[in-house]
Amino acid sequence: MQQIFNFIFKNSNRILFLLLLGISLSLTIQSHSFHRSKIISSANFLSGGVYEKVNNLNEYLNLKTQNDALALENAKLKSLLFNSEDTTSARKLDSLKGVKVEDLIVSKVIHNSYNVYENYLTLNSGELQGVKTDMGVVNSLGIIGIIENTSPKYATVISILNKRTQINAKIKKSNHFGSLNWNGKSTGFVQLTDLPRLALIKIGDTIVTGGQSVIFPENINIGTIAKIYRDTQTNFYTLDVKLFNDMTNLGHVYIIKSKDRDEITNLEKREKDE
Amino acid sequence: MNSTLLVNIFRFILLLAIQIIIFNNMNFLGYISPFPYILFIILYPVNGNKSGLVAASFLLGIIMDLFSNSGGTHATACLVLAYFRPSIFKFAFGLSYEYQTIKLNDVLTPQRFSFILLSVVIHHFTLFLLEAFQLSYILDTLITTLLSTVFTIIICIIIIYLIKPNKR
Repeated sequence: MQQIFNFIFKNSNRILFLLLLGISLSLTIQSHSFHRSKIISSANFLSGGVYEKVNNLNEYLNLKTQNDALALENAKLKSLLFNSEDTTSARKLDSLKGVKVEDLIVSKVIHNSYNVYENYLTLNSGELQGVKTDMGVVNSLGIIGIIENTSPKYATVISILNKRTQINAKIKKSNHFGSLNWNGKSTGFVQLTDLPRLALIKIGDTIVTGGQSVIFPENINIGTIAKIYRDTQTNFYTLDVKLFNDMTNLGHVYIIKSKDRDEITNLEKREKDE
Repeated sequence: MNSTLLVNIFRFILLLAIQIIIFNNMNFLGYISPFPYILFIILYPVNGNKSGLVAASFLLGIIMDLFSNSGGTHATACLVLAYFRPSIFKFAFGLSYEYQTIKLNDVLTPQRFSFILLSVVIHHFTLFLLEAFQLSYILDTLITTLLSTVFTIIICIIIIYLIKPNKR
């Protein structure tokens, strides 16, 4: 017994180190291996609060670009309004096609990362505003990511610039679909993989979200084809997609509440159980 | 003793704040960011409590992880640096470093520079290795480590010169 205590006292520093190393390594491995189960995330009152304060300051520096973006969006909305075929029966639309205003939560990016392999954003709205895990996040230009963690006032978003994101996407004109990934190289480009060779594509074609995703509505803009790679072993294309969004400069975003989502997932679950 | 503790607590908070507010938003060429917050571990008193340093480094790293959504990568990297610090001292200043009065925040000598360089390389390599978490990214990891190390060291030295107590 005496010897055990002596050993512990003598090596207290090493034991403390190994203990803490175990904790931090398990946190690291856990954050890399499981989807949506991060213990340490920036959706909490401390980091959320600090980021909100910092963002308030930073906003003044970005006022010009944000104003320009809003003015552009405004012009687009105006053109939609003036050119709509029948103004009396027009559905109430926000800036997104096919999504009603009441299904959108307007939010603001208070922290944005884009320089590592697994990037996350922090938004300043949370459970109190009705934000839940697995909702889609978009802005007027295109998709941004999917809600991962939420706290009462803040939420973290797994960005499309993240090695772990996989989003169903398709060619706008032909309905051939593939899955959207990121290879961690450039913030302006994502990769569309598993696109069948049958698809007729050329550089410059538009890529939009596909109908198979329950997170995003169909036909939300993603980007244009910038480069085509042909895989010699399989019958699939891999494409470089140039994003419409500048992921390094994000301001206001919309969170999409999908009403059909629960219904679809329940249905699919029932199918599997049977 | 008490004033050293206060200075260290002050340094801990100040470096974290600067890191989170300024340097985390600094993405030189898109992906190179400096991490001068590890100056806390580098400047910790030579003869200070070792367990205290290990615990403080863990806390430092966990707070960084909290702010950058990185799981536990910063915590692990800081812990590794804190644990191997005595060995780096031995390497840079010779065997009897504990009996000398080493002051790190002073004029840059080759010994001090090699100590800072080794510390930063160890921290950054662990950090980026865990961040990529895939051996196929090893080349990218090495390049980012190299570039970020240069960036961090420049900023560390600037900070050391700025806060150097001018008693002479």
